Amino acid sequence: MHYTFDFMSVFVNWPRLLEGAWLTVQLSALSIVLGFVVGTLCAIAFKSKSWLLQAVVKTYVEIIRNTPLLVQVFLVYFGLASIGLKLSAETAAVIALTVNVGAYTAEIMRAGINSIHPGQIEAAECLGMSKFHVYWHVVLLPAVERVYPSLTSQFILLMLASSITSQISAEELTATANLVQSETFRSFEVYVVIAVAYLALSFLFRAAFWLVGKTAFVRKRKLGTNL
Amino acid sequence: MTSFTFLHVEYLLQAAVWTVVLSLVAFVFGGVAGFVIALWRVSPNKTLRAIASWYIQIVQGIPLLVILFVAYFGLAIAGFKLSPLVAAGISFAVYCAAFLGEIWRGCIEAVPKTQWEASECLGFNRFEQLQKVILPQAFKIAIPPTVGFMVQIVKNTSLASVIGFVDLSRAGQIINNSTFQPFTVFGCVALIYFCLCYPLSALSKHFERKLNVSNR
Repeated sequence: MHYTFDFMSVFVNWPRLLEGAWLTVQLSALSIVLGFVVGTLCAIAFKSKSWLLQAVVKTYVEIIRNTPLLVQVFLVYFGLASIGLKLSAETAAVIALTVNVGAYTAEIMRAGINSIHPGQIEAAECLGMSKFHVYWHVVLLPAVERVYPSLTSQFILLMLASSITSQISAEELTATANLVQSETFRSFEVYVVIAVAYLALSFLFRAAFWLVGKTAFVRKRKLGTNL
Repeated sequence: MTSFTFLHVEYLLQAAVWTVVLSLVAFVFGGVAGFVIALWRVSPNKTLRAIASWYIQIVQGIPLLVILFVAYFGLAIAGFKLSPLVAAGISFAVYCAAFLGEIWRGCIEAVPKTQWEASECLGFNRFEQLQKVILPQAFKIAIPPTVGFMVQIVKNTSLASVIGFVDLSRAGQIINNSTFQPFTVFGCVALIYFCLCYPLSALSKHFERKLNVSNR
């Protein structure tokens, strides 16, 4: 077998690949923020007294968690287009990713909220805190702090999964690699390069989450102990 | 333009068989490799621990889609002309080995340390310790997360469609290209995936509850 590796023809395309990586970061960051909000709202709905709300959220979570992201992306992109709602590939990608990560976040946040001891809530009520204050300070924030490691690994998985949106030609890193590949025919080299790029991105995201955790969880920073 | 008929549903179901086949291949080969990785992760040998840990770090930091591309094109360069099933099988085994290895390491470490010490006092060597004392206990802890991960495998096999493997998703795309009814077609595809995955999810939850009861 005679094959000469040629990474140069990949590296001359670095501005495009960098642009793709930047879009990957943007898509992921936006979906993570939106998905976190959706998931938290769903987790709160889980705890509500209305059985209808509970059933709706439960169905949503089960459907999303038991179907592949690829199919969800196709449904949003092609499905919505077929009923006349023509979205750009990037918008469709963000919607599909948000809906997807929202379901996983809901499940994680539910576990977090469940882990809050009822005594804490009773104690807060005895202190005369309003309902909103109790929920915010005693339930939600400590819940996030407890499940933060699971949340971050879920979010990093989402960043990696955003590569799937290349299938609807959202011009992120993998899609750019597909383009470069079809121009240079250096398929192996291109994909090895973006594999390394994704590794770097996941380290970057992990570092970012660590920083966010450090700044957000004041109590932990001061006492140095877990909740 | 044809419309979506029961013939299409039949075609989807046939493709679903391939999804199941690929999932099983991935689970069996990934499971064997993952077991080795898990044992290396808890090995007293520093080099083996480092290799396993690096392997997990690297594979978990790369999207499965890119692993698939690298395997498919890389193996072609190496001179193997592989069918998509083999290329997909290899990539999924690599991917599953990392995740199952990490899951099972956690299960092995969840066995109390005193069990290691007690079995050492009984004069067991390391192999006997693992075989007779640690692994049987770790196995019980491992069932719920392993079944849970099988759901991930089934869902992730949808990505094999990008290297030309005709699984459920690819079949859906092919049908959609001729019928232009994405809601019906992908709705149907999603439903079949749901029917494959939901029993596994429910089973995983069931085992988890059972385990919690026995631990209480």
